[in-house]
Amino acid sequence: MNPDWIDIGLVRDVPFRGSRIVSTGNGDIAIFKAFDGKVFALWDKCPHKGGPLSQGIVNGHSVTCPLHNWVVALDTGDVKGPDKGCARKVELMIDDGRIYMAAATLKRDAA
Amino acid sequence: MASKLVIIGNGMAPGRMLEHLFELAPNSHDVTIFNAEPRVNYNRLMLSPVLSGEKTYEDIITHGDDWYAQNSVTLHKGKKIAKIDRAAKTVTAEDGTEAAYDKLVIATGSSPFIIPIPGKDLPGVVTYRDLDDVEKMLAAAKHGGSAVVIGGGLLGLEAAAGLHARGMDVTILHLMPTLMERQLDPAAAHLLQQAIEKRGMKVMLKANTHAIVGDGKVEGVRLDDGTLLPASLVVMVVGIRPASALAKDAGIEVNRGILANDQLITSDPDVFALGECVEHRTGIYGLVAPLYEMARTIAEVLAGQVAAYTGSVMSTKLKVTGIDLYSGGDFAEAQDREEIVLRDASRGVYKRLVIKDNKIIGIVMYGDTSDGPWFFDKLKKGEDISEQREMLIFGQAYAGGTPLDPTAAVAALPPDAEICGCNGICKSKITDAIAAKKLTSIDEVRAHTKASASCGSCTGLVEKLLVISLGDGYKPNAILPMCPCTDLGHGEVRRLIVAEGFKNIQELMQQLEWKTSCGCAKCRPALNYYMVSNWPGEYVDDNQSRFINERVHANIQKDGTFSVVPRMWGGMTSAKELRAIADVADKFAIPAVKVTGGQRIDLLGVKKEDLPAVWSDLNAAGMVSGAAYAKGLRTVKTCVGTDWCRFGTQDSTGLGIKLEKFMWGSWTPAKLKMAVSGCPRNCAEATCKDIGVICVDSGYDIHFAGAAGLDIKGTQVLTHVDTEEEALEMIVALTQLYREQGYYLERIYKWAARVGIDSVRQNIVDDATKRKAYFDKFAFSQKFAQIDPWRLRASGHEAHEFMPMRAFPKRIAAE
Repeated sequence: MNPDWIDIGLVRDVPFRGSRIVSTGNGDIAIFKAFDGKVFALWDKCPHKGGPLSQGIVNGHSVTCPLHNWVVALDTGDVKGPDKGCARKVELMIDDGRIYMAAATLKRDAA
Repeated sequence: MASKLVIIGNGMAPGRMLEHLFELAPNSHDVTIFNAEPRVNYNRLMLSPVLSGEKTYEDIITHGDDWYAQNSVTLHKGKKIAKIDRAAKTVTAEDGTEAAYDKLVIATGSSPFIIPIPGKDLPGVVTYRDLDDVEKMLAAAKHGGSAVVIGGGLLGLEAAAGLHARGMDVTILHLMPTLMERQLDPAAAHLLQQAIEKRGMKVMLKANTHAIVGDGKVEGVRLDDGTLLPASLVVMVVGIRPASALAKDAGIEVNRGILANDQLITSDPDVFALGECVEHRTGIYGLVAPLYEMARTIAEVLAGQVAAYTGSVMSTKLKVTGIDLYSGGDFAEAQDREEIVLRDASRGVYKRLVIKDNKIIGIVMYGDTSDGPWFFDKLKKGEDISEQREMLIFGQAYAGGTPLDPTAAVAALPPDAEICGCNGICKSKITDAIAAKKLTSIDEVRAHTKASASCGSCTGLVEKLLVISLGDGYKPNAILPMCPCTDLGHGEVRRLIVAEGFKNIQELMQQLEWKTSCGCAKCRPALNYYMVSNWPGEYVDDNQSRFINERVHANIQKDGTFSVVPRMWGGMTSAKELRAIADVADKFAIPAVKVTGGQRIDLLGVKKEDLPAVWSDLNAAGMVSGAAYAKGLRTVKTCVGTDWCRFGTQDSTGLGIKLEKFMWGSWTPAKLKMAVSGCPRNCAEATCKDIGVICVDSGYDIHFAGAAGLDIKGTQVLTHVDTEEEALEMIVALTQLYREQGYYLERIYKWAARVGIDSVRQNIVDDATKRKAYFDKFAFSQKFAQIDPWRLRASGHEAHEFMPMRAFPKRIAAE
């Protein structure tokens, strides 16, 4: 197995227009699956007040934070509309129906 | 002397390559082709019309025997190459036929992907790649019976339609939630599915095949959920794999496909790769247009020209007669993109252009695809469309000329132009009515002419006619749209849900011409509520359209933890319940326990993953969800009434409990809080609730439309009743009226102000028959609503909501 990528589970285990989380010692990572099956990952913290983005409503390729309705783009983590900010993006690789997360994600955050 | 060119494979790409080569450099090469299929070159794209019977094999031959003879091409039919010897520069077929080459083109194409499930090798399981497959399918179709097509992509649907045309009963299984998800967005996919189902084929989405069953031959397909579909033919069309084994065995570099550079040259400078077996700049292509571009490049390189293939954007057209579908480019949503969407519900037309930096980058069309190639041309050329933007979506016929003022366009329509298709109303009928009857509003036009009174999609046209007729005299009533996804207001959408019988959010968005492809966080929860409340037992609740609190049946707090509030009927509890709550608080280290304003207890700071276990323990003590998170019935606050109080006039606690037990679980437009006070001293504060009861000696005063939140408002008296039964019926009927008329998130006092107290009284108080009907409707919908969501989830329902996919301990994270 390639040491740069960590297997975190199956694409089919993430609900469409929904999300699952991966917990790390340094906070949660939200794994989203959009209506079209595309998978994205962001650190599970809204740039506004740290709300858990994984709990928001997923529309198109964005998620609405459950705390104060900020809208965050899933592909970049950028906040849409008049608000400003950026949620941190996590690199993923999808292979054969499995989701792999960049191993550096865990290390980088600890550094 | 001509150089020796050997081609392995005789698909469409090599055929095209040779045409170019013979044109550019006639007689420059001595060509030998090895074809594993025992045939000449035919148009693989046309297999579907052959399957459906619209064409024959002869019709789709592109190069017949005489073409090969004319061009002195040696064609070995039915000879499969077994080995390439790069050192000796020869290829050898399975039967020993050998040929030497100066240049070799590998065009082995692709092989269909076979799902590794039990029964995949049974006779009667076929793929859909070549004429042999078509012949097998045709043989099976002769006997009629049922066919299952696994795979709802382009080819799968074509195969299904062909078999259906040949008289088979066809079911399409598709793993994804929408058909052709790689080529279509959900809106277009929905239209496609409707059209397919209308023709009599069955579509099962999110269907995972478990096994193909049968004794010696196919008898059926079993799904993961246990469903067994009988079938005498199973067609597997779930994707392709580049056929790269031959190249790999010869030591040529291979990844997913045979690696080739911009000249389509592989790691061996004398070997080209062409077609579906190629991996070029990480891309693998299965559609014909890019393969033709590759073919041209190789021909040019062989002819000694400078040429490069730099990758392709692709477009797709579904070849099923009567279904028009076109897609091309990249049509996913992203932040830096805009979209132009045209929906024409009555004609079943959907067009969507995805725009980035004033250029078209994606196209999805359904119903009317005539402008597809025109748009695709702009896409490929990267044309700046800002000048044409206003009219672009209407296509070539309109975008060329000067942009029309939309009102002027309507003014220019002839008097007999049809405006309202539903009711067959033409322009002059409307303008005549406006003039003769001095109409000044949309509602009046609707009342007198019926124009725009059915589906409402021509409302804009009718409004423009009012503007043209009245000029500044027309003041449109300001309808506040639900959200930026639509121009329709809540009232209009609700009316249409009932009138048109919408029971599916995607269908509604299509028919009502939503401007976004799948709504937003404002409209989706509203639509979900309207459908849940209108179609009890029929509409399937869309969990992903609910706010997190209603999705996980707890209230999210600022730190992402949740609060849990069990029901305490009428505010009554017991030592047993309190003990259970205390035990739960200890067991799960719940940091805060608070008494709420609604006479119950709030456990704050519960971790999401603990929720099911917390609920399980509370359930075990007989408690259910208090729905403290719901746009639905919250609490019924009571005082102790005649049980204990020396002033009590009625059993206010008992009535409160009866109300709560009858009404819990119901969804309402906004939260619904109630109270029952046992005497006019009003200890339960019933006169600032959504619905309140003040007990008096002679019976019960029913109050409603109070508020004690953003607004402070005393209730209004709806009526007085004599008995508990009447009070219950009155309150339930009132709630049902509110459920049917209230806009999503509109509290009862705002609803009452909007519709008027008199209208509420007329429906609920003055008319006993109507009251009974409203009561009955509520009671019916409760059959489906009174299921404790906690018990469901404590027993494992939607467990994925609560468990991380994977958890990394801190230790690893800190490495």
